Amino acid sequence: MNDKGAEKDGLGADGDAFYEALMAAHDGLDEIQGHALNARLVLLMANEIGDMTALAAILQTARKFDD
Amino acid sequence: MAQYHYTPFEYHKPPGLTRKEDRHDVVIVGAGPIGLAMAIDLALRGVSSVVLDDNDVVSVGSRAICWAKRTLEIFDRLGVGERMLDKGVTWKVGRLFHGKDEVYNFDLLPEDGHKYPAFINLQQYYVEQYLVDRVRDFPDLIDLRFKNQVVDHKDHGDHVVLQVETPDGAYDLEAGYFIACDGAGSATRGRMGLAFDGQTFEEHFLIVDVEMQDSPFATDQPERWFWFEPPFHPGQSALLHQQPDNIYRIDLQLGPDADPAGEAAEEKVIPRIKAIVGDKPFNLDWMSVYKFRCAKLDRFVHNRVLFVGDSAHVVSPFGARGGNGGIQDVDNLGWKLAAVLAGAADPELLDTYHDERSHGSQENIMNSSRATNFMTPKTPMEAVFRNEVLKLAHDLPFARKLINSGRLSVPCSLEGGALQSEGDCVVGSGHAVVDAPLRNREWLVERLQGDFLLAGFGDVKVPEVSGLSRLGVGHSSDEYPCVEPANEYAVSRYGDGSIYLFRPDGHVAASFSSSDVNLISAAFDRARGLTKNPAGGSS
Repeated sequence: MNDKGAEKDGLGADGDAFYEALMAAHDGLDEIQGHALNARLVLLMANEIGDMTALAAILQTARKFDD
Repeated sequence: MAQYHYTPFEYHKPPGLTRKEDRHDVVIVGAGPIGLAMAIDLALRGVSSVVLDDNDVVSVGSRAICWAKRTLEIFDRLGVGERMLDKGVTWKVGRLFHGKDEVYNFDLLPEDGHKYPAFINLQQYYVEQYLVDRVRDFPDLIDLRFKNQVVDHKDHGDHVVLQVETPDGAYDLEAGYFIACDGAGSATRGRMGLAFDGQTFEEHFLIVDVEMQDSPFATDQPERWFWFEPPFHPGQSALLHQQPDNIYRIDLQLGPDADPAGEAAEEKVIPRIKAIVGDKPFNLDWMSVYKFRCAKLDRFVHNRVLFVGDSAHVVSPFGARGGNGGIQDVDNLGWKLAAVLAGAADPELLDTYHDERSHGSQENIMNSSRATNFMTPKTPMEAVFRNEVLKLAHDLPFARKLINSGRLSVPCSLEGGALQSEGDCVVGSGHAVVDAPLRNREWLVERLQGDFLLAGFGDVKVPEVSGLSRLGVGHSSDEYPCVEPANEYAVSRYGDGSIYLFRPDGHVAASFSSSDVNLISAAFDRARGLTKNPAGGSS
C-alpha cells in the first residue's frame, strides 16, 4: 500500500474516545445534515493534514474499499 | 438442566427467632459471588459476619462466566483462585468476524510469567459453590443463613436494625455495618429510595448455554468468537464462548423490537443454534432474553449501609465488567472496614471506598457503554460509520482497534486517589500488583497482597518502618523474609533497586527509589487514611 499513514496507529489509546465523540457530534442530525457534517469534517481534517501527497494517498485508500 | 446438579443448602432456624441476638459487627445481605467473597475477605482479617440470603441454591444458569486476571488474583488471596483456574476454561485467542470473513484475531495476554491468565470462563454456579465451600473454613467467623430474607432495615446512626423473615417466622438483627450485596435489583437500594441513574439500552439479547460434545471452534483450543452481521444471523451480532463441562455460551443480538417470551421459546432458539453449530448434536442447558442498562449510585456509602457489586453499579455484559468490578469492590472495602472496626482508622476511611470504586465503576460504565453503542447503532449514520470501520479493519490496523465488541476488564488504577502518594518507579502509584514467577513454583502475587507490605526489588535494603511488614525480592537479608525470583521478571517488572508500599488489596500506595524512612512513614500514614487533608492527593 502506498498510503503509509493508513498503516500507522495514530489514535493509540484514544480510539474509543474519538469514536464516541464522533457519534456525539452527529447527535440529533438527520441523514442529510449528517452527510453535510461529514463533508465539513473531511475538509477541516484535510486542512489540518495540509500535505497534498498524504491527502492523495488517503483518497486512494478510502476509494479502494468501495464495494 | 443437563450438567450441574443443584443441591439446596441447609436452612437452620436462626437463634434470633428464640432470643435477641447480640449486635453483629457486620451483616451482609446476598450470598452471591460478591456477598460470599466479602464475608471471606473480612474473615481473613478476623472480622465476623452474618450472611443472609433469601434463597438456598447457587446461581441458576451460568450467568457471569468471564473472570478476569485481576479477579482471579483476588480470589487467590481469598483461597478459591486455584480451584477456579483448575476447573475453568482458559482462553486467550479471540476472533472477530464480519459476515463470513475473519477480520482479525488477537491474543489477550501475550506476556508470560503470570500465575493467572487474562481470563477464564467458569459458570457462576461453580464460583458460588467454591465460595460456599471456602466459607465453611470459617465456622466461627461466618454465619451463613439461607432462606433468611431481609424485608426491612433502619439505620439508627451507630447501627442498623434488620427485619428478617424465615420459614419459621420473623426476627430482628442488629448490625454495626450492613453490606448490601443484593444485586442489580437491590431491595436495600429500593427501600432507601436511592436514585440509580444511567443509560438504558433498547436492544434485546438472547443468551443460550448449549451442551455439545464436539467443539464448534476450528482448533482444539478454546477461543472467543464474535461476529458482526454473521450469515446465520443477518444484521445482528453474535458471540460464542466455551465453558467447562462442554457447555458453550451463545449471545445473540435480537434488536429492539424482539418479543422476549417468543424469542426464548425452544422452537425459536433451536434453529438459531443449528445455524451456528451446524449438524453437531447439542442440548439446550439454559437460556434467557435480556435487556440491560448502565447505571450507578451517587454514593456507595450511606452511613452504616454500604453498597457493593451490582447493587451499587450495573453495566452491559460486553467487557465482563459486572462480576469483575464487584470483586474489586470487595477487595477495596474489606481491609478498610476491618481497620475501622478495629479502631485503627476513622469511619471516613470508608469514604475512600466510595471514591475509588465509584471511579472504577464509572470507568466500567464508560467502556461498556461505548461497546454497546458500537454494537447497536442507533441511527443510519451510526450504522454507516460502524460498517465502514469493519470494512477498513480487514486491512488497516488502526480500524481494528476501533472495532468495539467489549473492552475486556483490566484492573482499575487508583492513581491520584487520596490514599496514594507520588511514586517514581516502574509500577505507578494506584496500580494493582504485577505478577512474576518465584522459585519453587510460587508467585509474587501470592506474597504482595493481604496486608500492608514494604517490598524491595533487586539490589536494595528495605528499611524498618514501624508497623509495616517487609519483603525482599531478589536479594537476601538477615532482618526480614526474602523470596527468590525464578527469572528476571520480578525485578525488571518493578525496577532494580525500587521499594514499594503495597496496600492490603495489592495496589501500589507509593514507590521509592531511595529508602527515606520519613517519606515511607508519611506514605504509610496516608495509605491508612491517618493523614488529614493530604497535600497533593485528590479524589
